[in-house]
Amino acid sequence: MKHSALQIFRQAWSSHRKWPRTWSSPEPKPAYDVVIVGGGGHGLATAFYLASEHGIRNVAVLEKGWIGGGNTGRNTTIVRSNYLLDGNEPFYEWSLKLWEGLEQSLNYNVMMSQRGVINLFHSDSQRDGFIRRGNAMLMHGADAKLMDRDELEKVLPYLDFDNARFPVLGGLCQPRGGTARHDAVAWGFARAADQLGVDIIQNCEVTGMRIKDGAIDGLDTTRGFIGAGKVGLAVAGNSSRLASMAGLRLPLESHVLQAFVSESIKPLVDTVVTFGAGHFYVSQSDKGGLVFGGDLDGYNSYAQRGNLPTAEHIMESGMAMMPCLGRVRVVRHWGGVMDMTMDGSPIIGLTPVTGLYLNGGWCYGGFKATPGSGWVFAYTLARGEPHRLNAAYRLDRFSAGRIIDEKGVGPQPNLH
Amino acid sequence: MRIPCPNCGERGLEEFSYRGDATVTRPTSIEPSSESAWLDYVYLRDNPYGPHWEFWHHISGCRAWFRLKRDTVTHEVLAVALAAEVDGEDHRS
Repeated sequence: MKHSALQIFRQAWSSHRKWPRTWSSPEPKPAYDVVIVGGGGHGLATAFYLASEHGIRNVAVLEKGWIGGGNTGRNTTIVRSNYLLDGNEPFYEWSLKLWEGLEQSLNYNVMMSQRGVINLFHSDSQRDGFIRRGNAMLMHGADAKLMDRDELEKVLPYLDFDNARFPVLGGLCQPRGGTARHDAVAWGFARAADQLGVDIIQNCEVTGMRIKDGAIDGLDTTRGFIGAGKVGLAVAGNSSRLASMAGLRLPLESHVLQAFVSESIKPLVDTVVTFGAGHFYVSQSDKGGLVFGGDLDGYNSYAQRGNLPTAEHIMESGMAMMPCLGRVRVVRHWGGVMDMTMDGSPIIGLTPVTGLYLNGGWCYGGFKATPGSGWVFAYTLARGEPHRLNAAYRLDRFSAGRIIDEKGVGPQPNLH
Repeated sequence: MRIPCPNCGERGLEEFSYRGDATVTRPTSIEPSSESAWLDYVYLRDNPYGPHWEFWHHISGCRAWFRLKRDTVTHEVLAVALAAEVDGEDHRS
């Protein structure tokens, strides 16, 4: 059923009790052309683009829990393409362009809101670095604008502009950046993929991989063996665990990242703001809660919960940027498990096992990449080779010395 | 999470900094033939779901480096040893 204003009107006559299920829940078939492991945004987007762009519809998405119950439902919903390096910016900009037309392609309201993303700077050298990044963005066809203090005071009057240590000198703004409703992104991709014939199989955990003569043959799961011509892993947070079933060691560590939501308040932050002297980012949801986060906890963790020192540190960063936050109460916080790669950039491409493809290493930037990641991963799975937009994200870049280290901190995953 | 420093006993997490996997071995050779050993050391990790030997530094305390065996799912601490101790134990187990 196609969603439309007319449909809402019609369904109202039956008190909205006759809407069909958003996606079906079929029993797994014995084998598929392509099996995607991981029913988050990236896996579902991959299945959708395999079916819609490449005509490959004999596809299953296996999810150990429920659709969008992992990092897709745990992030802070920010969408942007404000990167510096050649390997990153064209990919993220393509992803942002897909976001801009996503509701039409999926026929689903993902509540995409291009409210702008502002990165604050607090010193002359930081301003110079941001100008360089802004110019790189413009050269790759993205949008960027430098804001001085006067402009910022109009949109964010409550910032601590005259902070003694970290005065706010200005900001780099990407007006096309913003937020989207993360659950709706998973549901929208699931619904659209399901309508194109993709099987979405929930409560189905992969327990082993069968490899014959160096090529993938299928997957052992909690719902039995499922044969597969090709397998795509999109299980960020658990990539090492899945890859180890194929005998691979990956250049990444799993870390926990916390996120926080405050009580609902009247409209206060109508953009996305990031602090440049610490790590803190905040936006406001349509329900009115401030959604914010900051640094990783910093140690290997598969626990989807964080510790207090990091929570305190994030609150302190927020207070340094926006002292009025001190009056707001936090009502929820949680953790998600991130694949932190050795260079802070994702991995999308082939593995040494024929027919096994990896999409992971999203560090804490996976949400904004959802449509772009699915689009290039579908291309890579369909053609057996990477698209030029993800060619730099190959797994063997570490042995080749072609790392993409946006922050320049070296192979220390908890610093990216 | 509380971390047991071998010198100072159990202390708050905020006193420590983290280095990562303590089971990787720095190659002694700088010959081109040792390239894959360097790749292993610098980049590749087991990243286990469960017990993990890792380096911690009591940066705001006694400043000792030590190895900790910690469960990455439950945060349970299973063993601790000063990094300087050569005890012949295989820390990969």
